[in-house]
Amino acid sequence: MLELKDFRTKVHNDWCPGCGDFGILNAVQMALFELKLEPHNVAIFSGIGCSGKTPHFVNTYGFHTLHGRSLPIATGAKLANTALTVVAVGGDGDGFGIGAGHFVGAGRRNLDFTYVVHDNGVYGLTKGQASPTLPKGLKTKSMSFPSIVEGLNPLATAVSAGYTFVARSYALDVRHLKETLKSAILHRGSALVDVLQTCPTYNDINTKEWYAGSDLQTKSPRLYKIEDTGYDGFVKDPNNEKEVNEKKGQAIIRSFEWGDRIPIGTFYRCEQPTFEDLIAKRMPSFNQIPLIKQELYERDVTRLFESLT
Amino acid sequence: MIGGPQGGGINSVAETFAKACARGGLHVFANIEYHSNIKGEHSYYRVRASDREIHSHVDWIDVLVSLDKETLFGDVHKEYPTHNGHRHEVSPGGAIVYDGALKLKPEDLGRPDVNLYPVPYVDVLLGALKESGHEKELSKFQVMTNTVAFGASMALVDFDFDGVSEAIKEGFTGRKAALGDLNVRAARHGYDYVKTHFTDGFPYKLHSINSVSKRMLIRGVQAVGIAKFKAGCALQTYYPITPATDESEYLEHHEREYNIVVVQAEDEISAILMAAGAAHAGVRASTSTSGPGFCLMAEGLGWASHTEAPGPVIILYQRAGPSTGLPTRTEQGDLQFVLHAAHGDVPRMAIAPGDVTECFYDTFDAFNYSDRFQMPVVILADKFLASTYRTMSIFESANLKIDRGQIAKDPELTNGADTAMFKRYAFTPTGISPRSIPGMAGGIFHTTGDEHDEFGHITENSENRIKMMQKRMRKLDLANELIPDEKKANFFGPPQADVTLVGWGSTKGAILDAMQDLEADGVRCNFLQVRYMSPFPTNLVTRHLTSARRRVLVEGNYAGQLGELIREHTGIPMDYRVLKYNGRPFSQNEVFEGVKDAVKNGTKEVVMAHA
Repeated sequence: MLELKDFRTKVHNDWCPGCGDFGILNAVQMALFELKLEPHNVAIFSGIGCSGKTPHFVNTYGFHTLHGRSLPIATGAKLANTALTVVAVGGDGDGFGIGAGHFVGAGRRNLDFTYVVHDNGVYGLTKGQASPTLPKGLKTKSMSFPSIVEGLNPLATAVSAGYTFVARSYALDVRHLKETLKSAILHRGSALVDVLQTCPTYNDINTKEWYAGSDLQTKSPRLYKIEDTGYDGFVKDPNNEKEVNEKKGQAIIRSFEWGDRIPIGTFYRCEQPTFEDLIAKRMPSFNQIPLIKQELYERDVTRLFESLT
Repeated sequence: MIGGPQGGGINSVAETFAKACARGGLHVFANIEYHSNIKGEHSYYRVRASDREIHSHVDWIDVLVSLDKETLFGDVHKEYPTHNGHRHEVSPGGAIVYDGALKLKPEDLGRPDVNLYPVPYVDVLLGALKESGHEKELSKFQVMTNTVAFGASMALVDFDFDGVSEAIKEGFTGRKAALGDLNVRAARHGYDYVKTHFTDGFPYKLHSINSVSKRMLIRGVQAVGIAKFKAGCALQTYYPITPATDESEYLEHHEREYNIVVVQAEDEISAILMAAGAAHAGVRASTSTSGPGFCLMAEGLGWASHTEAPGPVIILYQRAGPSTGLPTRTEQGDLQFVLHAAHGDVPRMAIAPGDVTECFYDTFDAFNYSDRFQMPVVILADKFLASTYRTMSIFESANLKIDRGQIAKDPELTNGADTAMFKRYAFTPTGISPRSIPGMAGGIFHTTGDEHDEFGHITENSENRIKMMQKRMRKLDLANELIPDEKKANFFGPPQADVTLVGWGSTKGAILDAMQDLEADGVRCNFLQVRYMSPFPTNLVTRHLTSARRRVLVEGNYAGQLGELIREHTGIPMDYRVLKYNGRPFSQNEVFEGVKDAVKNGTKEVVMAHA
């Protein structure tokens, strides 16, 4: 019987004390464990930055890749072996800055993988510069001036790009995050889980206390569960274009809600054919036998030569 | 040569002609020049046919088929002219077939020494359309004037019309068969027009001969593509780029038969990394690109090499750079870039095939090497190799053996226990660590672009760093030891000669053919063709060049990059350099002229300019 500790490695962890990364790491390990996945059938991919070290702490196949490039490498591995459970993790700078093209490209394909983004508004490892999600006009402590560029909305971008599961969670609410990750991993298709996260060292604005609403008159937490307001982001009939567009539209609108009240939960979910399904339409064996198990070697190519005579 | 506006059907006619000649037992060499443009700019296709084996093209034209006025006179009337036409290139006694509707007077062409054959393309086409009841649809079928011109030229050289008709029909199968019939009719009318109107007996004849074996008409992208199927490549990624895309399209066309997944990525960064990810995950993977795309791949190349991915295989079809350069033209300008792309000391293999045959075998080998030595392998081809058709006997492929390198088994695999850690980067005497593949129980590994320990975890430990660098770089030495010399370089001609020609890649054919001309002109020469650029066969090259009397470098770039590479590794300089960097390939006569200028006139650097 597998235990939760089987998903942990003994690698020394050098994240700052109190970092939101720990919550995400725990939630990833718990989700994999609770889904009863075997470690050798899981591969975790990361980019560069603090979040990039995550695979080293998880006892599964682990790929610590290049800045912004986790998704292409994950895509190649998944295509080679569709039996693998593929999870990519990365920071907001990694995924929405330098890796933005891949973030969009991957979503358009709707390959079956889960992308977990550590979203804390700053570049931590390079000491606190503004990340793509930092709202315009904010200045975190190591910045000389407030940001003069628009912050990117990961959820709205994901919905537009074609992700079929789009959710937001919070690094310090490990239970909600773990459940969201489980749904995302079980979802067939590209899933984005944008995880709001504190950076105790560099982001002195969106702190644990700020998320808890301690600066508000009401003293009530900023984060609330979107489902609690009767919101339903699940598309019942994926072939109904009208419904799909309405659900996408409402997800985008709600994703812009920010300030005193910030929704978390699943904004959009739709069961559409995956990239694998569509490849299998052209090449039926693709979904039956992973490429890695197919007999592809030393085949006869004489007829290709013959066709050129 | 056939020339005309892009979109005017130059390719189909030239390739049909090439096919007809190949079927007729002739040897064929057919190469195209075109602009970075979809419709309208001037393009031309040379088809050289011979009863003996040929490896190159020549600059003179025996029969020029011109579909438009620009093919004859160039675009000199334009504010920024790009060429002055091909009428000057026709050999004395040769022929020009052109549109009678241009109403040119013989003196307009300024070539009293060539035979002129005006054929009123549209009138002849109308005749063919009338015959089949399509006379009201001239505008729809106007492009078929290319076939009329083709038929006319075939009559001129007295080529058997059945061969023409068969080759045309092959291009139109299935639903297009009726169109094939119509084209045959158009060709027939062109053919008959010449037979009826011109009875001066043009002396150049082209007749079928009995050939011993069936020959393919094959170009580089096809040879590479078939090698990928043979090697069991499971994933091909690409981002559209001239002149590499044709290969991916060829693979995609046969996707179902060979279970290869072809993915169009969002950019070349993604293309190389998808392939690297797939290679790490256990399948053979490749990507194909040209210089601008390879620039974007530098980062991924470094990661794949540093993480010792068993691949990918990267096919680089060089085109004229830098930057966007001349996007549809050829060059050998990326050699040094391929050897140095990515920061740090990055082991990679680089192999430069010189013809379609080598494209096939080198690509097949590349997959074995990437698995055995766990590093990316770059095949350095170019636009000229990619797109030029040659007749070849069918390649022997039954004896090619797959070698997937060292794959870990128990007990290395920690006996299936996922809780124990596997040393993916174990230090070994050869530098090669047996690899596990994701999905294998007991093989769990971590990998990272950071410096890492044997388990693939980050460490900045000094001693480990030194050992890891040596481990990775040692694999190149191992490859150099294990790969036989005959793959690394070719040597042609007598062991001792007045002149040793030195080259690589697609100049091979022109050099081989020019050697005979040089010989006939009293210049006794041999030729060293370097194929392995990394690992570089230092001893082999030194052996061949130390005894050489005069070394003449023939290369398609500005800097003489192979010459510099040879000097870097062997200390041996080149005596003369024959270079070309106008985006066009070396012709047979151009190599002859260049080498002669160097060795007879003592010109240290000859820059060739034929277009």
